[in-house]
Amino acid sequence: MTTGDGVSVRAERVSRHYEMGAVVIRAVDDVTLEVRAGEFVALLGSSGSGKSTLLNLMAGLDRPTGGAIFANGRNLSELNSLELARYRSKTVGMVFQSFNLLPRMTLEENVELPLRLAEVDRGERGKRVQEALERVKLEKRLSHRPSELSGGEQQRAALARALVNRPTLLFADEPTGNLDSATGESILLLLKEIQQNLGMTIVMVTHERPLAERFANRIVALADGKLLSDGVKS
Amino acid sequence: MKAGDLAELALRNLREAVLRNSLTTLGVAVGVASLVAMLSLGVGLQELASRRLSNSGLFDTVIVMPRRNMQTMRRPAANAAPSKEAPALDDDARKTMEHLPNVIEVYPQIRFPTEVRYNGTPFSTIVAGVPDSARGNGAYDGIQGSFFSGPSADEAILQIELAKDLSEQTSTLIGKDLVVRYAERQALLPSGTSDGSGGGFSIVPREKKLRIVGIIETEPAAGFGGFGSGRLLIPLEVASALRAAQVNDLRDAVRATNGKPAYASLTVRAKSPSQVEAIETSIKSMGFGTFSLLDATRNLRLFFTIFDLLLAIFGSLALAVATLGIINTLVMAILERRREIGILKALGAADRDVKQLFFVEAGVMGLFGGVLGVGFGWFIGGALTWGTNIYLHRQNLPSAHVFSVPWWLVLGAIAFAVIVSLAAGLYPATRAARLNPVEALRYE
Repeated sequence: MTTGDGVSVRAERVSRHYEMGAVVIRAVDDVTLEVRAGEFVALLGSSGSGKSTLLNLMAGLDRPTGGAIFANGRNLSELNSLELARYRSKTVGMVFQSFNLLPRMTLEENVELPLRLAEVDRGERGKRVQEALERVKLEKRLSHRPSELSGGEQQRAALARALVNRPTLLFADEPTGNLDSATGESILLLLKEIQQNLGMTIVMVTHERPLAERFANRIVALADGKLLSDGVKS
Repeated sequence: MKAGDLAELALRNLREAVLRNSLTTLGVAVGVASLVAMLSLGVGLQELASRRLSNSGLFDTVIVMPRRNMQTMRRPAANAAPSKEAPALDDDARKTMEHLPNVIEVYPQIRFPTEVRYNGTPFSTIVAGVPDSARGNGAYDGIQGSFFSGPSADEAILQIELAKDLSEQTSTLIGKDLVVRYAERQALLPSGTSDGSGGGFSIVPREKKLRIVGIIETEPAAGFGGFGSGRLLIPLEVASALRAAQVNDLRDAVRATNGKPAYASLTVRAKSPSQVEAIETSIKSMGFGTFSLLDATRNLRLFFTIFDLLLAIFGSLALAVATLGIINTLVMAILERRREIGILKALGAADRDVKQLFFVEAGVMGLFGGVLGVGFGWFIGGALTWGTNIYLHRQNLPSAHVFSVPWWLVLGAIAFAVIVSLAAGLYPATRAARLNPVEALRYE
């Protein structure tokens, strides 16, 4: 789903400031960015550049202190908390650096969790979980707990969980940050494959330029909360 | 989230911290047990008191007297209009009363002064007639010896004070004979009625031999009706057949009567104390005066309502402490599950879902605690009754059921535990729902 003109999500002069006593921290400061449907965008920057904050704003996990974010044709700032939760549930899939799987649940239960939250019928859930796990090649590890999986497998499971509700937007926050380079590469190959096969829009936060250059269609660089450069690869 | 999923997740969360949640649930159970034990004790004592008082005949009885007897109790106003002639309390009136709804029986009250001779020594006392229906109403449960063998048996039951006068070893009196000397009414006029009610009568001293069959601590309904306490109880049929002169006879003899035998007073017994008021109203409308202890039962109910309320307040204190336990457990759970809450929100959980999850967890602890607590409370009650009965047995007193757990208390206690737990979960649930997902996800 797009905001019109093929734009999937648009940040318009977005700011996210934090007040720490008398000091104001400008985590994201007056950033304007358009992500077109089907794009694989890498948000590149060093630690504290505001790339994760911008990702959280676009994913509907946080609200901007200034400007607006448009997704699904609606201004996210104008949504109430229930509508924002529905946006996160139906439109967005999220992958984190630390996987964020629930340790006491099996792989199957972890992947099923977004379907429970989206109130998908029980009969439909099994099929969707199987489909998502097949896509990340973990269909034989259904009953395993996260602690019984390698880092790469855990991130693939997290990817299956992000895909199970068939979102149109996938946000990945340093998805290779906790993985060795070979495993990280395999995860990004999987992301690329998903983008190409499903036509999904992917916004990925990373601080590794080589990986960004290799897999993303477009690299947006941030520093001190501001947009430094926005370049589409040829 | 759907209710089924919510319950499943909540139960899974409770299982994860099984020790802490079990201890919290146990806290609720102890609180509910304390409440149930206190209230059951209150209800049990109330039932015991009501049963005993009901058996005593004090509260299901209406004493009926001719209105003219009652009018003598106060001075008429100087300019008062002459009152309409009061109806006679005769057999016709008795039959009408017997046919009133919820009336079990109607019988005359017979009490008269007498001289008892035992081992040649005279003792003055008052004889009272006891209807045969008193046999099964429980008022004579604590009797030494037995109740009358039949409604017309020449037998007597002694009130303990009289028995002590007759012999220091009261138990040796049972089976012995005594002689009752009394004044019999004999009609003077041939046209008068056989018992002398219709006209004048003479008084002839008579004697009657009776066998002592029982001794009772207190006379049931002692002195009720205003004729003094009966210390020598004999079957009503026997008392009636004696045609003994009663205290009202002199007054009735100088009054004009319609020539029919009339009763000084009648006792009307209702099926239950709650029907006494309606029966009294019906009898008053027939033109008779009535007397009952209805107000006393009202006061008794008021006393037990306040008593139960106080017990409930004391019982609730433990539940209040348990409530703090629930709040503490859930607040700790928020701290522990902060990251999990962040993940749930990132995956699409609304504030409402998170709030409901914590609410259900609190409710489940309340439900389990409530059910367990009712069980504990019932057990405590059983133990209390058992202990009380051992004590009563040692004191040579009949056993009593001092504890009662009615179904409304079971359901009410469980519902109360759930409501209190939900109230305790309100603050933690709201706090969990308000967590910022970005901050929660950052939490290690």
